[in-house]
Amino acid sequence: MINKILKKRILIPDKVSELTVYAPHIAKNARPGNFVVLRLTPTGERIPLTIADRDPEQGTILIVYLVLGKSTALLDTFAEGDTILDLCGPLGKPTHITRSGKVLCVGGGTGIAAMHHIAKGNYEAGNQVISVIGARSQDLLLFKPELEKISAQVLVATDDGSLGHKGFVTEVLKKYLEDNNDVHEVVAVGPVPMMKAVAGVTAPFDVRTIVSLNSIMVDGVGMCGACRVSVKGETFFACVDGPEFEAAHVDFDELMMRLNAFKSQEKQSMALFEKRQ
Amino acid sequence: MTKKRKRKIVPRVGMPMRDAVERGKIFSEVALGYEREHAVKEAKRCLQCKKDTCRKGCPVEVDCKKFINLVAQEQFEEAFRIIKDTNSLPAICGRVCPQENQCEGSCKLRPTGQPIAIGRLERYVADNFYARNSCEEETGFMECMLPDESLKVAAFGAGPSSLTLAGYLAARGIKVTVFEALHEPGGVLVYGIPEFRLPKSVVKREVESLKHLGVDFRCNFVGGMSVTIDELFSEGYKAVFIGVGAGLPRFMKLPGENLVGVYSANEYLTRVNLMHGYKFPEYDTPVPEGKRVIVVGGGNVAMDAARTAYRLGASKVTVVYRRTKGEMPVRREELEHALEEGIDLEILASPLSFSGDEHKNLNKVVLQRMELGEPDASGRRRPVPIEGDTFEMETDLAIIAVGTGANKVLTQTTPDLKLNKWGNIEADSLTGETSIANVFAGGDIVTGAATVVEAMGAGRIAAKEILRRLKPEAVQE
Ligand SMILES: Cc1cc2nc3c(=O)[nH]c(=O)nc-3n(C[C@H](O)[C@H](O)[C@H](O)COP(=O)(O)OP(=O)(O)OC[C@H]3O[C@@H](n4cnc5c(N)ncnc54)[C@H](O)[C@@H]3O)c2cc1C
Ligand SMILES: Cc1cc2nc3c(=O)[nH]c(=O)nc-3n(C[C@H](O)[C@H](O)[C@H](O)COP(=O)(O)OP(=O)(O)OC[C@H]3O[C@@H](n4cnc5c(N)ncnc54)[C@H](O)[C@@H]3O)c2cc1C
Ligand code: SF4
Ligand code: FES
Repeated sequence: MINKILKKRILIPDKVSELTVYAPHIAKNARPGNFVVLRLTPTGERIPLTIADRDPEQGTILIVYLVLGKSTALLDTFAEGDTILDLCGPLGKPTHITRSGKVLCVGGGTGIAAMHHIAKGNYEAGNQVISVIGARSQDLLLFKPELEKISAQVLVATDDGSLGHKGFVTEVLKKYLEDNNDVHEVVAVGPVPMMKAVAGVTAPFDVRTIVSLNSIMVDGVGMCGACRVSVKGETFFACVDGPEFEAAHVDFDELMMRLNAFKSQEKQSMALFEKRQ
Repeated sequence: MTKKRKRKIVPRVGMPMRDAVERGKIFSEVALGYEREHAVKEAKRCLQCKKDTCRKGCPVEVDCKKFINLVAQEQFEEAFRIIKDTNSLPAICGRVCPQENQCEGSCKLRPTGQPIAIGRLERYVADNFYARNSCEEETGFMECMLPDESLKVAAFGAGPSSLTLAGYLAARGIKVTVFEALHEPGGVLVYGIPEFRLPKSVVKREVESLKHLGVDFRCNFVGGMSVTIDELFSEGYKAVFIGVGAGLPRFMKLPGENLVGVYSANEYLTRVNLMHGYKFPEYDTPVPEGKRVIVVGGGNVAMDAARTAYRLGASKVTVVYRRTKGEMPVRREELEHALEEGIDLEILASPLSFSGDEHKNLNKVVLQRMELGEPDASGRRRPVPIEGDTFEMETDLAIIAVGTGANKVLTQTTPDLKLNKWGNIEADSLTGETSIANVFAGGDIVTGAATVVEAMGAGRIAAKEILRRLKPEAVQE
């Protein structure tokens, strides 16, 4: 049945899980960089999640979510066999992938899952993929085995040093760019502060750098403007003009402040949800 | 020369209204609709003119004279059929059409200031004679034809243009599937126009009756993304209609426009209407809160946003418009209702910039005083800034309702579709056909933001042409 959850894989208990969802029309047309908008119940809100992978033969897509507030907590109560009420996609402009040579794919936290699809697209296009992934500690690192299959190298950074470099992904990225001058493109997906830092690191290297912006969305098809972001002083709608933009010109501070627009209501929603659980 | 004795003007029968104070707090419908005796009395005022100019004023040419006469004779069922003959969504049109520019604007009694209340009569008939059978209502026959599964037509978008097209074709035995990007059909009727003006139950009823006729609705399908025109043709669809509307909100490119607290009217209204944000936290979607609200614009959208903000607890709502009250494109009745409810107008003014506190939350807008200059291309006098004359208003919520542009998702993924310089689809005015054979378009995506009834008219034109090509034997006229 359409929108049915065929498989649930818990990646980090109570925090991050991966769902395999049956949605053949989305699986058929989805490309790296695309996302879906979903709604779980008739009183629910619409939230965007990246398509982390797809299987057109099986008619499935993969989504990976981090429990942050009401809607993702609710999604976490869904089990195999349950159906997602509304699932709309694929949305957004796909990643512009050309056969360019060496591409550095940077992922932080849950962003690693989203980055995976982009890395895979690059691999399939014949590019050499270097994955740079980071998390707080080793057990929070997602998609490492999957990335190892398609990457020439997987470089790791953890905050606590439990695996790889102790520190931020940006430090690994910087070192790599200093040591290698054959990188054609950097793609980064992760928390806004990470993407902002990536933009800062790559700026002196004159390498095309793409980030995937996760602004607040309502419809996801260009009709509300909730998702607007400033790039080079111009306003764009992340859902239809993006979500990927050239990092150098993105106003990350504005994005961060816009992401906080509904903080108090989000808290209220979550508190009510926890009380009812 | 003897002066003609002035005929005594019988005023229009008033519309029962919910009290302005009471309704200021709730989302229930404001205009309550005529009772039977009101309708009959109003209909009897009609002069039954030989040259019934009212009909020409209606974009879909409802035979007003005839149906009004039937109402006067209390033959409501017959009246309903006459309206339905050319207007597939009368309960909606009776509520939201700008009648003052259309049928009522062309009524012979207009110069007296008391034209026949054609819209209210239309609404009365539609609400009170809701056909038992959707098929009968479309065709006059009790039994509907089963849709012929080999004659498949697809429509993108479930706004009034596609709904009209679907009704017309389905009643004539063609299988129509409507693909809608959002999770509910209705277009602007569900995401834009608020409950207090157009109850969602009225729209639902229309959608349900289309389902009875065999129309399939597939929500969460985005034309150009989830399904493409080429895919549809290869799956055996014979024609595709594009009715995706002009939903892309315009901003003004002003400093501070991306501050927290500045919203497009589309976002604000979508959160409230489609997502039921006015029932937060029972519904999950939050709505921005504001005590001192400004709304920029002078159309229906602006007034809907203003009245919504007022209902959600704002203490002061000001509609800022750059021309004067007489030039506001809003439906007259809505402007009157808004003013009754306590909405303020700040005319001849336009925002210059927005500013915020240290958390980048909006707290102030700077406005430019305007005056009217020479007429522009639209024939209206152009608003020009008065050099140096600016003023400020404290505000914590600003809603921008200065117009919308063409939806781009479909057009951006369908390169063969010829667009004009504004991004609207070019379609033949007689058939609705686009630059791609057997692909038709109509409604706001072709004309730019217009009206419900014009979108319906466009849906009907395309439907007739599609019928002519697929099933010439079913064409009556
Ligand atoms: C294009 C895109 C792709 C995304 N992909 C993923 C993904 O693959 N995995 C994942 O875990 N998260 C992803 N996100 C973020 C995800 O949408 C939010 O975490 C989610 O909406 C939070 O909802 P909530 O009710 O659980 O939390 P809330 O408590 O409602 O919100 C927590 C925070 O999430 C953000 N947020 C809230 N509502 C929305 C919304 N409607 N749209 C976007 N952000 C919102 C706000 O910054 C908010 O402060 C993506 C966002 C975008 C825009
Ligand atoms: C707030 C507001 C108040 C208004 N008040 C009035 C009024 O009082 N009287 C009046 O006559 N007019 C009014 N209008 C204008 C009127 O609503 C529109 O002119 C009319 O709805 C246009 O109809 P449409 O069929 O072209 O498309 P729309 O009603 O715009 O519907 C288009 C539909 O297509 C969907 N869509 C978009 N892209 C895709 C895609 N790629 N694939 C699938 N679906 C897609 C959208 O989600 C939407 O549901 C108002 C408009 C607004 C916004
Ligand atoms: S123009 Fe006015 S008075 Fe004359 S027939 Fe039409 S509605 Fe009646
Ligand atoms: S989410 Fe509404 S325009 Fe992008």
